[in-house]
Amino acid sequence: MSEAAATLTYREACKQALRDALKADPRTFLMGEDIGRYGGCYAVTKGLLEEFGEERIRDTPLSESAYVGAGIGAAMAGMRPIVEIMTVNFSLLALDQIVNNAATIPHMSGGQFAVPLVIRIATGGGRRVAAQHSHSLEGWYAHIPGLRVLAPATVEDARWMLAAALVDPNPVLIFEHIMLYNVEAPLDPAVTAVDIAHAKIRRAGSGVTLIGYGNGLVKALAAAEQLAGEGVDAEVIDLRVLRPLDTPTILASVVKTRRVVIVDEGWRSGSLSAEIGMRIAEQGFFDLDAPLRRVCGREVPMPYAPHLEDAALPQPADIAAAARSLVRPT
Amino acid sequence: MTDKVRLDRAYLHHLLRQMIRIRRFEAKCVELYQAQKILGFLHLYDGEEAVSVGVIETLGPGDAIVATYREHGQAIARGIGMDRLMAEMLGKQEGCCRGRGGSMHIFDRKSRFYGGNAIVGGGLPLAVGVALADKMAGRNSVTACFFGDGAVDEGEFHESLNLAAIWQLPVLFVCENNLYSMGMALERAEAETDLGRKASSYRIAAASVDGMDIIAVEAAARHAVAQIRAGNGPHFLECRTYRFRAHSMYDAQQYRTREEVETWRKKGPIVRFQSWLRDNGLLQDDDIRQIETEADAEIGAAVAFAEAGTPEPVEELERFVMMTEVPA
Repeated sequence: MSEAAATLTYREACKQALRDALKADPRTFLMGEDIGRYGGCYAVTKGLLEEFGEERIRDTPLSESAYVGAGIGAAMAGMRPIVEIMTVNFSLLALDQIVNNAATIPHMSGGQFAVPLVIRIATGGGRRVAAQHSHSLEGWYAHIPGLRVLAPATVEDARWMLAAALVDPNPVLIFEHIMLYNVEAPLDPAVTAVDIAHAKIRRAGSGVTLIGYGNGLVKALAAAEQLAGEGVDAEVIDLRVLRPLDTPTILASVVKTRRVVIVDEGWRSGSLSAEIGMRIAEQGFFDLDAPLRRVCGREVPMPYAPHLEDAALPQPADIAAAARSLVRPT
Repeated sequence: MTDKVRLDRAYLHHLLRQMIRIRRFEAKCVELYQAQKILGFLHLYDGEEAVSVGVIETLGPGDAIVATYREHGQAIARGIGMDRLMAEMLGKQEGCCRGRGGSMHIFDRKSRFYGGNAIVGGGLPLAVGVALADKMAGRNSVTACFFGDGAVDEGEFHESLNLAAIWQLPVLFVCENNLYSMGMALERAEAETDLGRKASSYRIAAASVDGMDIIAVEAAARHAVAQIRAGNGPHFLECRTYRFRAHSMYDAQQYRTREEVETWRKKGPIVRFQSWLRDNGLLQDDDIRQIETEADAEIGAAVAFAEAGTPEPVEELERFVMMTEVPA
């Protein structure tokens, strides 16, 4: 198979990125639950223990607060750790370390210490694993000054965001959506780096702007296809970086399409979608021809039963319907 | 053996001087607090000086320290200049953290002082990480992690001791057991009040010492640090001490009696060490006067430095929220 034609799963892209990082910098090591012998609960780290050894692929006890905090301390003391948290719900057990230490210490110490730490966190719903493994809490983290929050939605971003995150002197949280690990896509061999500062237009259009990230982006793109069949030309923005938000890219699209639907798998109240909507209201109000619309997760703990979980999550049809209502108001 | 405390006069005077410097620095802080020049919370170390001085005296410049919000003692014992400390208290940009941290959040990169952490228990995971980095980088350093008895209530204490034990990390866990976490008495908070037993349950070598006896603290710390440096894994040192003053500047102290405080005051680390030195002919009144005079001069200069300090321009408010580089 030629390199140009190579397709890759999102999972494999994550793993290649980790392998690159471990090879490139002896200060980099991995810590997390079941990342070694077990191979990673989503198999992202499978094989890395054999390749890099126990010193650098560190299985941890179920002590999220201790090993995330240890990652912070190690980063402050010169290492470049990558910490994995199995699912965003478990990250709440490490919230003290992430919010009270990683995010505050550079500022609180007057710039004496940086925290060059990367935390990878699996997130999102759709796997029928109910209310303690399926939520999308990345919007909470996007609330915290001092953190950079990334959400790779494409195989390309899964492959290259990590390297950029490791160069960043700040704590970077990378949210990998659990429904994306099996997604396969060709990887452009000409691309060997991506930025972690900007949103990206994944589909250019002129009729309506759909804004999403993670699996929400995939659904927005599917909705855009539906809409195209109806003669509605949707532009789709992949947020990519949830904090700091790339407001200019959003506003430029609003100028172009004058209509916006924001897709957010998180709960509506106090969500990232609310922040994006408000920024458009503050800075792009007079460019709008229609009210802002949001398609969000329903405000329930995620249910197990498939039909209920599907109903709780934004679906392409919901996004398309919201877009339609803006383009052809009834 | 390096376990024996060097009983030469100069060294003993140095230990006393360090405790007196801390005590008098904080007395000045109280004045400045009452004058509303120091704001917010001010947690005094009054009564616990032997712990930080005794432990930190056994560390080298390559070792690291993680402390709590009651960390003036550790900062001074570590050699952070009183001028930069006082400027920090007064919120000036000449302060060690440019006035962003204040009393509870002293950091000093040069002396590997990884902060005053004001979340009880929150510093322990950091200490584990600093020690992990040192070990992985092949530095033969020890991280001394200070925390109070209240931290033992927290899950982070147990998670961190366990992690340090399974990875055999060079951490000296120093529990400053002053019997109260704010107003909560140890025996009301913990089913097992023998804190060393908790550390032992993680297969960490544990010792308990009289934290009011600087010689005992120094000897125990010296032994533990030597063991850790020799590659024998983390150690736990409980220093039984007492906080003479309120938890922060004001509390009604309804959780303890006046008599209890007075009894402990008589056992205070400075008064006790001074009388021991005197009894052994190692200290004269003139020595004490000289130490106090020198400390007061140093403190006076620090206050003058801090008073003359400048406020950081408000335009710099967001500086360092996101770092542009990792400081070398």
